[in-house]
Formats: sequence, structure tokens, C-alpha cells
Amino acid sequence: MIFNFIGFYSLLFSLIFSLVILYYSYIEVKNHQSQLNPKTFIFSFLHLLFVVISFLSLVISFINSDFSNETVFNNSHTTKPLFYKISGTWGNHEGSLLLWLLVLSLFIYFFLIYSKKEPKKYRVQTLVFQHFIIIGFTLFIILTSNPFTYLFPIPNEGLGLNPILQDPALAIHPPILYLGYVGCSIIFSSSLSALVNNYVNKNWAIHIKRWALISWIFLTIGILLGSIWAYYELGWGGFWFWDPVENVSLMPWICLTALIHSLLILEKKNLFTSWILILSFSTFLLSVSGTFLVRSGILNSVHTFANDPERGLFILCFLFILTIFCLVIFLKYKNQNSINNTLAFLSKETSVLINNWFMMYFLAVVFIGTTYPIFLEVISNEKISVGPPFYIKLIVPFFLPFLVLMALGPNTFFLKTNLKKYNLKLLIYFILSVIISILLANLMTTKDLFLTLILVGSIFLFISSFRDFFVKKDKYYSQRISHFAFSLLILSIILNIAFSTEVITNLKVGEKFKFNDNLIDFQSISVTQEKNYKSLNAKFKIQDNNEIVYLEPSLRIYNQPKTITSEADIKTNIYSDKFLVFNLINDEEIYNIKYQNKPFMIWIWISAVLLSLGGFVNFLEKRKI
Amino acid sequence: MKKNFFILGIISVIFFFFIVFYLGLDKENTYEPNIVTNKKIESFTAEKLFEDGQVKSDNIFSENKVYLLNIWASWCLPCQKEHDFLMQLKNTHSIEIIGLNYKDKLSNARKFIEELGNPYALSLRDKDGTIAILFGAYGLPETYIIKDKKIIKKYIGPIDNISIKEIITYTK
Repeated sequence: MIFNFIGFYSLLFSLIFSLVILYYSYIEVKNHQSQLNPKTFIFSFLHLLFVVISFLSLVISFINSDFSNETVFNNSHTTKPLFYKISGTWGNHEGSLLLWLLVLSLFIYFFLIYSKKEPKKYRVQTLVFQHFIIIGFTLFIILTSNPFTYLFPIPNEGLGLNPILQDPALAIHPPILYLGYVGCSIIFSSSLSALVNNYVNKNWAIHIKRWALISWIFLTIGILLGSIWAYYELGWGGFWFWDPVENVSLMPWICLTALIHSLLILEKKNLFTSWILILSFSTFLLSVSGTFLVRSGILNSVHTFANDPERGLFILCFLFILTIFCLVIFLKYKNQNSINNTLAFLSKETSVLINNWFMMYFLAVVFIGTTYPIFLEVISNEKISVGPPFYIKLIVPFFLPFLVLMALGPNTFFLKTNLKKYNLKLLIYFILSVIISILLANLMTTKDLFLTLILVGSIFLFISSFRDFFVKKDKYYSQRISHFAFSLLILSIILNIAFSTEVITNLKVGEKFKFNDNLIDFQSISVTQEKNYKSLNAKFKIQDNNEIVYLEPSLRIYNQPKTITSEADIKTNIYSDKFLVFNLINDEEIYNIKYQNKPFMIWIWISAVLLSLGGFVNFLEKRKI
Repeated sequence: MKKNFFILGIISVIFFFFIVFYLGLDKENTYEPNIVTNKKIESFTAEKLFEDGQVKSDNIFSENKVYLLNIWASWCLPCQKEHDFLMQLKNTHSIEIIGLNYKDKLSNARKFIEELGNPYALSLRDKDGTIAILFGAYGLPETYIIKDKKIIKKYIGPIDNISIKEIITYTK
């Protein structure tokens, strides 16, 4: 009860400190001292402190199961394990926004600490822009989604956290993803400030690239965790569904990837300045529009979130104020930054430019696929859902050139100087990848030309990036790791799609099902009572290609709220995943059984981890400029 | 001049987005699974529930007519809840309801209908659950509106007053 009070008032205090910081920054910009006033640090620290207190109050309310708090009442229950009580804090709309705010404040504080070498005016103005965003979000929380609403009379028991969210991967998925999303806010504020201060140059690029990398790493891991959760928990056996909410996290990722590549150029030459600014703005604007699309409930999605048009309207207005604001500042200041430089053909610049074109194309496809249903519904009242076929048809054909160019891009230097010798090697690699692909394609159950073509591309990238590890003499491993990881990712996804087998059948306990000389034997079922759910545990014996595995999937029947979730049982080894899930057909006797053999599943996760490792290595590398 | 037009263009695009998103906020958006509708139903042969003998689907569904196909079983609790609505629909509206009894014991199914009433113009039996698969059923109960031998709408889960109102609009 007391924490309700503390939490709410800390939030108000943090708002006051935001305003104080804005006022002091105004004075700072006017005076001509070269050092930043220590008061700015103190106020920023106090601001952060109050946000932290506010967040912790909510966490404590959750731990204590304090049902006088409406958010806790709606999303928690006394029988829930402690770990999920804590993760319940951000498993709901109000708490997750408080987490947004916390991360926003954390980032700007660290920015202030780690930017001491940068010009004072630039730092102060970044602070100002960031606090505009912070104030917007604080007001949003206080006005539309206050996590500290008081309930009277105090209920004895809460309504419970959606059981589907009670999963370790999902418990840490939102905070990690938020670190990525919100990290983009620093890029946003700092690029606005750099634009105003005419500081879009090499130094800025080196400085901001680290922030871009941090966001990118967190975003990659966040998306990966969400994907792992969907694979294990949703029981569909897939890992990416082109669901709007997934797309919304993919869009800033694509944009950020393009930005990081462009920044590599700006580190060396004053090129693409306007373009880099546009990318920096769009990355954050896409994150905010993601928040809008998810939180307003405007989209049809398997992710069910609270749907409140009033909240949607607030974020929408906020988003459009930000957009217009960016546009005005950009148009006003952009000319002082433009320096004309010509692009040389076959240079690093061109290869980055080509990367950016592809990225923008993928971004456009995902963006249109995600928002088109909204437009169609508003304009013609027609409801459609854009599914995987749309994305696959539009993205897949462009992957072959994309992958091939990705292999060539980092080697433009060789291409220029040693054309003939290098060409021959490339040709050999290419022929080699074609041969391997054709051999693999013959083994596939489904014959698909596009799949084979991408296979060629990914094997080509795989070989040439693998070769780069040994041949190239410089010490920059980040690019090699990332490109290699990306080829591995695409390769495992394709092999996974091409060689997956699936069997769906209805069985009673004791029944057997035969398919292609393989056997599913439904051996037994038992019931156990856990702390907050009842569990139906089945035991299956699977004989698949002379390999015998025992799989024990279960169904959980939660009491608060009453929901059934199916826990797939997955046996993983380095070659394949054996995936089995079963479901009730409203019957005590017959169960619906879905068995899948999914090759190279683990490699998808491994390569995504490698991908972010590439980013991390880059973060540590000290590049010669 | 050219630049102004450009800026004006961008601003109008932004406003267009704003207005569309704003209007989109008011639209209701219940999540509808992606169902293949407008798909011609596949032909099948089914046993009858109350008498011996079989019927072919081509003889059941005729063109230019609207049918309601309801998949049910005696062991399915939501089906019992739904049954009242089906009876109501039968008594008040002239839509032909076809029942498909799914993986059930014959005696239980007959008892179920005897006790709760028979809303079905025709009752079929899907002993091993293969016919339900032809319709793409996920679970029980499910109800399909069939017109011109095509599935035009699918309800997953028990139908209620709201879906009844919708069903009626299709019959007109």
C-alpha cells in the first residue's frame, strides 16, 4: 500500500526533475563555459533515482502480492513462483511502460557519463531532446496508464499472469528488447543534436556507433529470445510467423543494421550525412510506432495486449509530434552539413550503399505488410491478414543477389586491386556452392527453385566469409563473424524448411500410428498437481529413421486464470530437433498429436547468438581511422 | 518552389498516415484466425446417424442455397451449451442445419439428440474424424456457413446470439 504511494510520487518527482533539467540545459546552452555544469549531473542522477524508486516500488508490490494495486491485482496471483511475480512487473501494459521509462533514463545518464570528450553544446542538447521524449512517456504513464492505481476494497486474490507468459525466455525477453528499442532513443536525440550543432562528422560517427551497436546487440538478442519462446511455448513448431508484433521488432532492427553499415563509412569520409540522419530518426520512430501498433491494439495479432483507444491516441500524437519535429529540424539545418563527395565505383562506399538499398527494400516490404491491413480496413472496410506467403514472395527472390553481394562487399579492396586472381577464386567458390546446392536440392522432399537459389547464395557467403577468417590479415573480426553468422542463419533456416517433416494425427492412449516405416506409440498419460496448475503428462515412443526417442509433452491446466497451455517436448541434438505436442479435443480419450522432425534447429539459435557476438566484438575493437 | 512542393508532399503523407491510424483506432479488431473461405467443399460420403445407409455430399448440398454445417459430439461440453442456440435457430429461421457427429459412440450421440432435441435437418456421422478434416476443423464445436457448395464463413467454438444474428444475414 505504502509502495503504491511511493511509486506514484517518485514518478511525479521524476517529471519535475525532467523539467528542471530542461531549464538548466537552457541556461547551459547560453553560457560559454567549456565544462558542463555539475548540477546537470546531479539533476540527471536524481531523475534516474526517482524513476528507479518508482520501478522498484512496483516490483516490490508484485513480490508482496499487494492487491491494493490494480496492476498487481490484474496480473499476479499469490501462488505464482517468485521469478514470475517479478517478471510479471513488465508482463503487462502499465509495468512495461514504466520499464521503458527506466531504460530511457538509464541510457541518457550513461550517455552523459560516457560522452565527456564530446563538445558541451552537443551533449546538452542531446540531454534536452532525450528529456522531451522522457517527459512525453512520463505523461503518457501518469495520464493514461498509471501503474499505481489504488483499489478499494482490497481484493484477497489476484487475477493471475497469463500462463503463456510464464516462461523463462519470455520473462527476460521484454527488458532485453526494450534496451534495444530505447537505445535507439539515444541515437535519435544525439543525431538531432549533432544536426543542430553541425557535428555530423567522423568523431560523431565513432562516438554514436557504439550506442548503435549496443542497441543492435540487445535488439538481436531480444528478437532471438522472443523467437525461442514462440518455438517452445506456442506449440506451433515454428520460430518466425511474420506476426505484426514480430515485424514491429524486425523493422527497427533492419533500419539499425543499415545505420551501422553507413556509420562505417562516415567514420572515414564525410559521406551520406543526410542519409545517416534519416536512418537514425527512422530507427527510433519505428520503435515508437512499434509501441503504438502493439499497445493500441490496432493490429490483429496473436499477441493479445490491453486494447485502449485512448492510449493509442496518445502515442499516435506523440509519434507525429516527433516526426514533424524531426522533419522541421532536418529541413532547417541539413544544408550546412552536406558536403559533396563523389562515389567511386567498386569502393567500400558503393558496397555499403548497396547494402542500404537492400535493407530499405526489406524494410518497405515488412512495413507495407504490417500496415496495409490497417489502411485497407479504414479505407474500404475490408479485413485481410497478410501472411507469410506475402513476405516470402517479395523477400526471397532478392536474397540471392543480397547474399552474393554480402560476400563481395567486404572484399571490394581486393576486387579493385587484384581483379583477375580474385575473380578466379570467386568463380570457383560460386561453382562449388552451385554443386553443393544441387546435391542438397536433390535430397529435399519439396522441390523449390527459390529455395535452391538462396541455398546457392548462402553457401557462397558461407564459404567466402569462412575463407576471410584465414586469408585477410587485418584484425577486424566483427564483420567476418557477423557475415559468417548470417550465412549460417540463412543456411540453417533453409535446411530446416526443406528437410522438416510433420505428422498430425488423432490418437487414444495405447494406440500406435505408422507413417513411412516410422512409428508413434502413445504409451501412457498421467496427471500431476503443481503449485498453480494441473499437469497432464503424456509419454510417447517415437521411432524415426531407426532412431528411438521418448518424448514427454504435457498439457498444463492453470487455475488462475483458467487456461490450457501445451508444453511441447523437444529433444535437441546438433543435427535436428524432435518436436512433439499434443492437445485435448474436448475429450478425455482422444488427443490431437503433432510430431515434427526439424533439422538444424539449434543452429538457427547459435547463428543468431554469433550474429550478436559479431556486434559485440565490433564494440570492443579499436579501429584505426 | 520545387522544394516547397516536396515538403508539402512529405507533410501530407505524414498527415495521411496520422488520419488512417487515428481512424484505425476505432475499428474493432477481434482476432480472426486465417481461414480459407470461399473454398469449394470437397466431396465425401458419410454414414447417416439415425438410419442405416450412406449419403454423398453432392446430394446434400445444392447450389443457390445456404446451409449450416455443425460439427458436434456428445462428449463435448461446449456443444451442449451451443445446442439451445441451434434449436432456437431451427425454430425461428428457415436455414437447413446439417449435423456432423464427430468420433462418437452411436448410442451416446442418439441419446444426446433425444434429450436435447434435434435441430438438424440431416444428421451425419464422422466415425473416424476424417470428414471433419476435410473441412479443416480444429476442434469442437465448429460451424460452417455453406453457400453454393462453398464455405463462406467459419465459427470456431460454440455459436451464440451474436453469431446467430450474423448467420441470419447470410440467409437473406
